[in-house]
Amino acid sequence: MSDKPKIVAGLALFVALVAFPVWYGLGGEGEVAAPELEYPADADACVEATAYMTANHMDLLNRWRNAVVREGQREYQASSGERYVMSLTGTCLDCHTSRDEFCTKCHDYADVSPKCWDCHIAPEGN
Amino acid sequence: MLQNAFTGGRRYWMLLGFLALLILSGVVAYGQQLTEGLHITGMNRDVTWGLYISQFTFLVGVAASAVMVVLPYYLHNYKAFGKMVILGEFLAVSAVVMCMLFVFVDMGQPTRVMNVVLHPTPNSVMFWDFMVLFGYLLLNLIIGTVTFDAERKGASPQPWVKPLIYLSIPWAISIHTVTAFLYSGLEARPFWMTAIMGPRFLASAFASGPSLLILLALVVRRFTKFDPGKEPIQKLATIVVYAMTINVFFVGVELFTSLYSDMPGHIHHFQYLFTGLHGYAALTPWMWTGEVLTVFALVLLYIPKIRRQEKYLAVLCVAVIAAIWIEKGLAMVITGFIPSPLGKITEYSPTLPEIGITVGIYALGFFILSLLYRIVVSVRERMQVL
Amino acid sequence: MDESRRSFLKETGWAALGLGCGFPLLNTACSSSSAQGETPSQTGAQRQWAMVVDIQKCMDEEVRNACIAACHRAHNVPHIPDPEDDVKWIWSEEYQDVFPDQAHEHTALAIRHAPILILCNHCTNPPCVRVCPTQATWKRDEDGIVMMDMHRCIGCRYCIAACPYGSRSFNWRDPRDFIERDADGEYYSDFPTRTKGVVEKCNFCAERLREGLQPACVEAVNQVDGGAGALVFGDLGEPGSEVSRILADRFTICRRVELGTGPNVYYIV
Repeated sequence: MSDKPKIVAGLALFVALVAFPVWYGLGGEGEVAAPELEYPADADACVEATAYMTANHMDLLNRWRNAVVREGQREYQASSGERYVMSLTGTCLDCHTSRDEFCTKCHDYADVSPKCWDCHIAPEGN
Repeated sequence: MLQNAFTGGRRYWMLLGFLALLILSGVVAYGQQLTEGLHITGMNRDVTWGLYISQFTFLVGVAASAVMVVLPYYLHNYKAFGKMVILGEFLAVSAVVMCMLFVFVDMGQPTRVMNVVLHPTPNSVMFWDFMVLFGYLLLNLIIGTVTFDAERKGASPQPWVKPLIYLSIPWAISIHTVTAFLYSGLEARPFWMTAIMGPRFLASAFASGPSLLILLALVVRRFTKFDPGKEPIQKLATIVVYAMTINVFFVGVELFTSLYSDMPGHIHHFQYLFTGLHGYAALTPWMWTGEVLTVFALVLLYIPKIRRQEKYLAVLCVAVIAAIWIEKGLAMVITGFIPSPLGKITEYSPTLPEIGITVGIYALGFFILSLLYRIVVSVRERMQVL
Repeated sequence: MDESRRSFLKETGWAALGLGCGFPLLNTACSSSSAQGETPSQTGAQRQWAMVVDIQKCMDEEVRNACIAACHRAHNVPHIPDPEDDVKWIWSEEYQDVFPDQAHEHTALAIRHAPILILCNHCTNPPCVRVCPTQATWKRDEDGIVMMDMHRCIGCRYCIAACPYGSRSFNWRDPRDFIERDADGEYYSDFPTRTKGVVEKCNFCAERLREGLQPACVEAVNQVDGGAGALVFGDLGEPGSEVSRILADRFTICRRVELGTGPNVYYIV
């Protein structure tokens, strides 16, 4: 039992480290604002509804890639019934013309860094 | 049992410290490779596999060679190997870890390594290589820890480990055969596409692995109170002699087929190795050194009086390992690419970062080996099983 | 250490392993990436794209340069000054190296050193596909193209070891600094550049074929004086196609036929 102070100290340190994300931001400036995205001016709807796209765009892009590259398909029938060519550059980036104003804002907020732009040519916007 | 890895004298900690430095420098070099790409190695458009894959090939042989102690002891009750088996199994663990690391650092997109598991491809030998290597690692880890734990308690190992031990015997053969199949099924590479690749790999493995085990046993005897015994070391030496002889014979039959048929596609590779081709001769000094070492080692190993003196045996084991390392860890992989499919010769020599990463992985392997052997030695010293 | 502490550690270890493996497995099994839309399957005809190279017409350097430039621009293929690291989809080599089984000691010098355009052969029985551990390269059923999935390639370079033609290139470094730009500093094409660590090769312009266009190299040579017909591209599965007719009428050779790979690039000598 002579070890008790050391154990308690160790435990306290452990709890402090593990709870870091909880207490670190306390007493700060408050909530971080949600990112304000710049939506394309010339289109009123995306391939799918915004809520769906926000949650699932990565999955949709993966399915598009497999359909195009692996199965030689070309068109996607959206749930609205409209048909789109499955192409990141040709369809998505045709409307979303600025990576910095659109893609990067949410990705920074969510602290993810997808490697899309290592290969795909990033639209620099106008 | 694991805490035994942390009991050790000053020399033990200095060894670990030294290895840790080498590992660190390897990590730094690998960081550079991750950032800049594999162009920091000596590999190029023609020679696309180099030091990393050749070390993997050599070490798969060392890993497989554990079967040379497991088989006599478990299958044929050769009691003399009793104290040696665990050393062989732990050497296999260390070697397989190094193999997997060498493959990992060779990959252009290592973060995608799980694609091999997510998209299994039975027609690809490389898929099977991943699987059998991982399985072999698990097998040896389980077998080693279970049997040694039982020994530590003075009991016999649980019965369920016996089938695993028996399984590890053909599995050991399979890991090296599958690795040979990586090469020997490619119609694009006539130097590799030979049926004897598998047998050659096994023969050289059973010469180099037991040689390394002999050296490790001698080191263990020299630096600790645990003595694996003279008889097992002599038996391993006998295995080395037979395996090395068979290996030389296999090389001989390969040379005959290529040189007697005089087919350019076949002889060009041997010309490159032994005489140079069109003025390119980077590997010829290595090859001839390897041949000299082979002859020197074999001739002397044949003499029982010399073989029985462990100080000479140690030197000859080093020679055997060096000769086979040159054959497998240097010549075999690179020469498959020279000449290229378009008849061009682009030579290969590893760069400093590449060597740094290689040394780092070897250091990590020896680090793991040191920890595992430390456990074995500590327990046995305490149990007075000397 | 005493047995109870040891068992505790063992059990914790197993629990951690279970959680570590369990969550991802659970995720994969239960995740419903609800398909809001459909990707309709196309019933394409059984086809095998093939190319016929007219060696005589390709002796003209302008023809060859036009086709190489067109291809490399259309796909943002980098040009790396060090030939040891270079990436190329289509280029020329000498006849004696392209057809080593055809050239003999007394082959006429003009033919022996003739420049031959070479590219991926999109083999019928491709060894690269056979060896790829992740199916990052595979032969497409619908059109016979040996395709690359740049997202899946792990960069192991086994396909390069397996290719008997040297058609494949690995990205030893980030290619972006070495891609040709136009006068405004822009890429010549929208085609995704690749990144370091993946293998690439000619893709028979799959993205252009999808739009009903001819491959970039074919289109380019047809615009050069005297280049028309230097490269002919078409569907071998279509008996009336130009490639089928040429192969039926003319003497053509392939690279390394004895290997059984079944290349689909044919050469009119």
